[in-house]
Amino acid sequence: MVRGERPDPDALLESLRSEEERERQGKLKVFLGASAGVGKTFAMLSEAQEQLRRGTDVVVGIVETHKRKETEALFEGLEVLPLRRLEYKSVELREFDIDAALARRPQLILVDELAHTNIPDSRHAKRWQDIEELLREGISVYTAVNIQHLASLNDVVAQITGVQVREMVPDAFLERADEIEVVDLPPDELIQRLRDGKVYVPDRIEHALEGFFRKGNLIALRELALRRAADRVDAQMQTYRTEQGVQGLWATRERILVCVAPNDLGARVVRAATRIGASSHAEMLAVFVESDRQSSRSPEDQDRARAALDLAESLGMHTVTLKGHDIAGEVVRYAEQRNATMIIVGKPVKERWREMFYGSVVDEIVRRSGNIDVHVITAEAPPNRPRTSQVFLERGHLSGYLFTIAVTGLATGICALLYRRLELTNLIMIYLLGVTVVASRWGPREAILASVLSVVSFDVMFVPPRGTLAVSDSQYLLTFAVMLVVALLISSLALRLKREARLSTERERRTASLYTLSREMARSRSKREIAEVAAKEIREVFEADVAILISGDAKPIAPSLSGIEHDPSEAAVVAWTLQHNEEAGLGTDTLPGSKGLYLPLCGTSGALGVIAIYPKPGAWPMPPAQKNLLETFSNGLGLALERTLLAKEFHQARVQTESERMRNALLSSISHDLRTPLTSISGAASALRDGKGDARELSDTIYHESVRLNLQVQNLLDMTRLQSGNVQPRLEWNSLEEIVGNALSRSRELLEGREVKVEIARDLPLVRVDGELIEKVVANLLENVANHTPAGTGIDIAARVQSEVIVLDVADHGSGIARDQQVTIFERFFRTDDRPSSTGFGLGLAIGRAIMRLHEGRIWVENRREGTGAVFHVEIPKLKPPEVPRG
Amino acid sequence: MAEIIRLLVIDDELPIRRFLRASLDPKEYELLEAENGAEGIRITAKSNPAVVLLDLGLPDMDGVEVARSLREWTQVPIIVLSARGQEQDKIDALDAGADDYLTKPFGVGELVARIRVALRHSGRSADDPPDPVFEAGGLRVDLALRQVWRDGTEIHLTPIEYKLLALLIRHAGKVLTHKQLLTEVWGPAYEIETHYLRVYMGQLRHKLEATPAEPRYLTTEPGVGYRLRTE
Repeated sequence: MVRGERPDPDALLESLRSEEERERQGKLKVFLGASAGVGKTFAMLSEAQEQLRRGTDVVVGIVETHKRKETEALFEGLEVLPLRRLEYKSVELREFDIDAALARRPQLILVDELAHTNIPDSRHAKRWQDIEELLREGISVYTAVNIQHLASLNDVVAQITGVQVREMVPDAFLERADEIEVVDLPPDELIQRLRDGKVYVPDRIEHALEGFFRKGNLIALRELALRRAADRVDAQMQTYRTEQGVQGLWATRERILVCVAPNDLGARVVRAATRIGASSHAEMLAVFVESDRQSSRSPEDQDRARAALDLAESLGMHTVTLKGHDIAGEVVRYAEQRNATMIIVGKPVKERWREMFYGSVVDEIVRRSGNIDVHVITAEAPPNRPRTSQVFLERGHLSGYLFTIAVTGLATGICALLYRRLELTNLIMIYLLGVTVVASRWGPREAILASVLSVVSFDVMFVPPRGTLAVSDSQYLLTFAVMLVVALLISSLALRLKREARLSTERERRTASLYTLSREMARSRSKREIAEVAAKEIREVFEADVAILISGDAKPIAPSLSGIEHDPSEAAVVAWTLQHNEEAGLGTDTLPGSKGLYLPLCGTSGALGVIAIYPKPGAWPMPPAQKNLLETFSNGLGLALERTLLAKEFHQARVQTESERMRNALLSSISHDLRTPLTSISGAASALRDGKGDARELSDTIYHESVRLNLQVQNLLDMTRLQSGNVQPRLEWNSLEEIVGNALSRSRELLEGREVKVEIARDLPLVRVDGELIEKVVANLLENVANHTPAGTGIDIAARVQSEVIVLDVADHGSGIARDQQVTIFERFFRTDDRPSSTGFGLGLAIGRAIMRLHEGRIWVENRREGTGAVFHVEIPKLKPPEVPRG
Repeated sequence: MAEIIRLLVIDDELPIRRFLRASLDPKEYELLEAENGAEGIRITAKSNPAVVLLDLGLPDMDGVEVARSLREWTQVPIIVLSARGQEQDKIDALDAGADDYLTKPFGVGELVARIRVALRHSGRSADDPPDPVFEAGGLRVDLALRQVWRDGTEIHLTPIEYKLLALLIRHAGKVLTHKQLLTEVWGPAYEIETHYLRVYMGQLRHKLEATPAEPRYLTTEPGVGYRLRTE
């Protein structure tokens, strides 16, 4: 086999994956028609009847029959889901009920009118989104649509028919259909059907035939529909080839860069590009260059740019926002970087002088694009937008004008003082200085005013004849003109500087907040800390109320100030966002009626949580730059959260291994250490019952073994309690002497025959500890000594104050503890090998260590410096005890 | 020949009841048994036992509740039986009117000693003047003269120390909770100032005990209170 013919494993994997994905999803069949009346609904219902006969569980979600009799007859035997009825602006509306459909869960559902726009408070803005959800839930769908509703054909249809269609379906949605059936009817027959009143009620027929249903239109639409279907067959062929590994036919993938301009051409360019791209199966990149030129544009332009980018995204393009002053340069650079094969750009119709003066971005791109093809889409008519000058003059402040007048007055005053001593041309300089000051402090209107005022006052005050507007020497006219132009140029330069400064401050602020956020998040350990840091940052940067919710948590991890996320309708949006891992709410296609914008926090396996943003009234919609920043924030937050989750999982896995090991050690200990005394007890008891042996010795055995058993059970219980982590020490002021005394009296029997020396100073301060727990520590130390040192050897107990701590020493006269065991001895289930049968579980010291940790104290062991034996030290923090009244 | 003492044990655990039945000499003690609180109260009313042994973990009601309802109409001594680690339950039971407690597991010797102390206190009515002189080992206290001797040497005590000691002597052999001691010696406002007791008990021990760290008389009941041992 020749290597080159083998299918690319990655491509194959991808096709397998999407195949798998498809298996789980419902199947989509689209009945595509050239126009209304071709019989899509009829075809769909006939097919449904056929499915019903085959035993498929079919229901009708929503089908509009337009009262056509033949169509209505096809409802026979089909279950029809009730529609959702609701009142909107006091009109009763009916809508497809997606929840009812999901609850009913048929195998196949009929949902007509794919391009329908849902009524405002529905879950999705568009019906095709409802269908998407049905498919995702594994329900197959039959639906019908006319070719004019396809987003990429929208303009073409508008050009052909002169009717702008508002309801659109993204091409990507149609492409994912498992089957497309073109319902074809020759135009003549359609017109006949119309005349027969089979499509519309009779009184509207004539109107329809003259408008949309003109024969020419119908022919063109039919061709579009058939061509679209043919394209799809091509695409299927291509898929087949991929799967079969026919690689020789693969062309290098085309990559098309689509420039989105902030004007009304944007959307048009995007749609045209989709058409161009669809036939070549190219990868599409929609690029928007945000420059200082744009930031001065009107808010409407900004909105248009954003809308165009949104459209591009919904048509399956990648969208990128670049920043820079030189738009053409940025576009070409990016195109080269991404190896684009074509740039598509829109050419707005401009006044000729503007083009000459400012140059055209399109020309720039064409000139600098090198070997990349440039495809220019031209606007049809001069775009109807407010003239720049109007926008220019919109802003202005009274204080600005007053300032201008004052500055010009001041300049005039200075000139009057210097009039005798300076040439007139030098006086102009003083005026220009004034204009520069105004331009740098205020906007263009003030600058123009300053220029004009300067020229006028210069003329009136200083140019002979003085006191009039008249000019004796005509060469001053040139002076005025130059003065005006220079003033204007200065003001425009100053303005641009200001704009750039503003842009860079803005960018700096964004970068700074991103930096702060990532730094803070890297520093934060817990989910809660991360969420709170992010919420605070977002609240500050976006000046909006923010809540962060984590999947699976009942309460928000970072609640909003207003608590609005608890609102049931908002909570539903949160749930939807989590479930679908898609943005929803304000400004999106899903539940746009909600009060907030909800972004999913994406982890590698679905949404980890949701950021909810509630903008202040008036602060909506959000500029694209802010939205981008927000998305960056949410991505960063998602990653950070995932990191903590992974850390937690890792920790849990480790704990699990550890506890597994613990359990095994425990079981083997229990079987040995509990059974040994039990064996002695039951043996001795049975001997007693049978009246054998020395009764005194037997009962002694029973007694001592049961005491030992009791101790061990107590230790096990203590360790379990301490291990579970919910032991709260009951801190009280205690006397260490008393605690040691209690421990000694408790261990009296164990210590029989040993000399115990206790040296505790009478004035040793009280210690703030849980008396019972510390008593346990001491008792366990004594037990340990009793078990590990030869019988009869003594024990020395002493307590002393050592600067900030109080130290209790328990010293034995045994053989000491090997250096390498001085730490491990405090581990659970540690045993020395010397006397394995008498040591118990090896829990005593571990319990001691756990208790000392609870007290923020220490326990450790070392060997005696003089003589042999081990010294256990127990260190307790020294605090100032409360006063005790004398008497 | 002493009369036979009638005991009632209220405990749902058969092995405990069996252990008591087997270890208490029937020539000295008659043992009545109740498996739950309600039955225990009924038998107390009907048979008038001299001492009640009350387990705190009963199936039908809380042992503390039983002690409280018994105290509503009888002064019969109640000795509570409970496991280590239930210190708060013990304190609650003592505050509810129980006289003493025993921590499981316990020996018969200990039990009999507690029964004897309880009987001694109950046999003496509140009006009887207490013995004016208390003696235990080398310790001698004349309550009338307010004088204290250790091994024949008179020991000087501060007023508070003396008040504390006298209180313990009045209830010799019985446990007194921190709250009871603080209320009696310092007053009800001081019932949580346990550290007063730590300090004064320490002082008393240093004055009266041969080995203060291992007291013979002034013993600690960990987490509960103090007891003056008489034997």
